[in-house]
Amino acid sequence: MSVEQITQKVIDILRGYVKDTTLLEKATPETHILKDLKVNSARLVDIIIKCEDVFGTSIDDDEADRIATIGDAVLLIQQKAA
Amino acid sequence: MKRRVVVTGMGVVAPNGHGLDVFAQALREGRSGIRHIPELAELNFGCQVGGVPEGFDAIRQCYFDHEKLLSINDNIGYASVAAVDAWTDAGFAVPEAEDDRVNWETGVIAGSGVGGMDTIARTVVPMVNEGKVRRMGSRIVEQVMNSGTSARIAGLLALGNQVTSNSSACSTGNEAVIEATARIRLGLATRMLAGGSEGASPYIWAGFDAMRVICRKFNDLPEEASRPMSASAAGFVPGAGGAFLLLEELESAMERGARIYAEVLGGMVNCGGHRMGGTITAPNPEGARRCVREAVADAGISPREIDAINGHLTATYADPVEVKNWSAALERGPEDFPWINSTKSMIGHCLGAAGAIECVAVVLQLRDGFVHPSLNCEDLHPEIAPYEGKIPHAAVACPDLKVVAKAGFGFGDVNSCLIFRKWEP
Repeated sequence: MSVEQITQKVIDILRGYVKDTTLLEKATPETHILKDLKVNSARLVDIIIKCEDVFGTSIDDDEADRIATIGDAVLLIQQKAA
Repeated sequence: MKRRVVVTGMGVVAPNGHGLDVFAQALREGRSGIRHIPELAELNFGCQVGGVPEGFDAIRQCYFDHEKLLSINDNIGYASVAAVDAWTDAGFAVPEAEDDRVNWETGVIAGSGVGGMDTIARTVVPMVNEGKVRRMGSRIVEQVMNSGTSARIAGLLALGNQVTSNSSACSTGNEAVIEATARIRLGLATRMLAGGSEGASPYIWAGFDAMRVICRKFNDLPEEASRPMSASAAGFVPGAGGAFLLLEELESAMERGARIYAEVLGGMVNCGGHRMGGTITAPNPEGARRCVREAVADAGISPREIDAINGHLTATYADPVEVKNWSAALERGPEDFPWINSTKSMIGHCLGAAGAIECVAVVLQLRDGFVHPSLNCEDLHPEIAPYEGKIPHAAVACPDLKVVAKAGFGFGDVNSCLIFRKWEP
């Protein structure tokens, strides 16, 4: 799966947790999931579970703690797929 | 002098109607909300009927964004919709999520009897047992904590005064109104949303079915199953829903020119102490009578001023005892007894929501000047038969209806009684 495909799937996942979905239209790899998209921090665990299901992988707690931006998530998924 | 407390808004999600006008019309027509529940039959329940609000999935889509909908089980959904309806009915707007202002003068007391049991049964227990705790996600605690309803409502409406959830079995909804009234009287809040809710779930109702206290004899005739005061009463019919009243200090209501439905003249809660015939499941008659007498005293009226009673009246063996208790507490025999009816005859027993939904029914009867029918009691219990003339089988127009008493008597031997008076400026 290409970086672009992974990025699009991550954005699709985030859509369910962002109150104002227009914020996703300008999303870049640097977009911060909590600060820029204003996702409730409690929902990060739900986003991780959804990523595990969509990409068919498992993400442990230490790996999850390293995800702050959309780019962080894409990079981690890309590495795990490699 | 006590600060006076009035009702300026109401919201209701009942088995026979969502919204004040639909519910008022259902009450007037004696429209039952009791239906066959196929899931109860599949699960081999003795009772296979219940009162569940219809079409609620579509209703909730109109109230919450896609993100919130993921955290709203039936109990919280009924509570939140009814609370938002009460808020807007009182003339307030639902604040935008981006609006950072907090309403420090308004709080909420939102009770439940059993609460988020459906989430526990359908998600928590299976996933824990399968060793999948890690995959339960973030939305469990907010749906199963006892204060899940009040917490959600506070967030929707930016409420900053006391935000809590009470629980006292069948007395829960009334107790919320009484506690909220007390807080306003004390000057600690200007406004309080007060009410209760209960989810619709076989996991909530199973324990009652096992006790054989819910109706098993009318599975083929759902609308006839809830029979308060009847000689053929066969146990209560389980129900679900939610209702809220916006209680407000009179001066605040007058200042903002609010429409006032009724005044909460007084109220009382107590417990029979599981003595003198009371148990964990049965009321001590003296406790119930004291509760009514003290509510009347708190209201500062004579018992003779009570025009109608909306009873607890669930359709169990306790109904004749309850009617005798009212008669003794008010010192009014069959010849000068007030009107008496049971909203549960139409909606079943909505447990933690019962008191709140029935308080809304009381205020609507005061607003519109009628006493709603009590269904399915043409064959009155012999001990209630002397009161026959005071039990309406069809709606009775009562333009002079002014004072109505509402009571709840619950498991735990707990009692509650409220006195409402029609608002006449």
